[in-house]
Amino acid sequence: MLSRLLPHPVLSVVLAICWLLLVNTVAINSIVFAVLLGLFVPMLIRPYWPDMPRLSRPLVVIEYGLIVLYDIIKANTEVALIVLFKPSKSLQPAWICVPLDITSPEAITVLGMTITLTPGTVSCDLAADGHAILVHCLHAPDPAAVRDDIKARYERRLKEIFE
Amino acid sequence: MQYDLPLWADIAVSAFLLIAAFFGLVGSYGLIRLPDAMTRLHAPTKATTLGVGGVLIGSMIFVLATEGRFSAHELLISLFLFLTSPITALFIAKVHIHLHERPDTLPEPRDGAGWASYTADGPARGVRDLSPLPETEPDQNT
Repeated sequence: MLSRLLPHPVLSVVLAICWLLLVNTVAINSIVFAVLLGLFVPMLIRPYWPDMPRLSRPLVVIEYGLIVLYDIIKANTEVALIVLFKPSKSLQPAWICVPLDITSPEAITVLGMTITLTPGTVSCDLAADGHAILVHCLHAPDPAAVRDDIKARYERRLKEIFE
Repeated sequence: MQYDLPLWADIAVSAFLLIAAFFGLVGSYGLIRLPDAMTRLHAPTKATTLGVGGVLIGSMIFVLATEGRFSAHELLISLFLFLTSPITALFIAKVHIHLHERPDTLPEPRDGAGWASYTADGPARGVRDLSPLPETEPDQNT
């Protein structure tokens, strides 16, 4: 019964919190509407997103978010230093192929977005069978290290979250 | 309009605005300075996240100091920015791959399956659905 009423508790909570942030006040009527949104939106979208993943360890999501935020700040300073001080000739851009262990499409999407948001890397393409992701690096003297870093830092945690 | 800001808020808001301005400027400078399309893509996608982020943090401190309440709109703006900016970057990268790269100029993916830009049958093919598409008549109207 509960699983029919609340097919995705995490999604419901996220929707309710987003609504409260959007109205920017915590009054009784906005809370009621947030609860309604959290109840009905997951039911409405269920037919269109049939095997929506369940987060097996939601707390790792917070850890992941903090790590990504820290990396974004680090990325910004690194890229700023490269832009300001590194001559174009000594820049070593590289294409890197990152083989994937995660298989869930949602996890791969999050990984791709994370790669684009963090240090000097942009995710550009996915292998046709979904087993590798193509990454472009702004400055990568050691492409293998970048690949291992992505796998150890992000992919391992996403595997814990989604699988 | 004149706002009466306490000194700490004045300093904090100015500091975040200056940080934001610095990163925004560096990002735009990188767009001109870097040598080719793919490296140019890096400067604005990175430097402007902190550039916009700085403005938003400054705005939150300003609201906190003047009206004494916590403003959450800034958090949502950064959330939506984080959701949308990778998509723009991906589109630009995809166009570059189609126009300027060939399969032999890119590293080979594991299993030799090829990159989706070159091998997939249509733009909407997902990872879940790997069975071949049925043969369809080409649309005469387009």
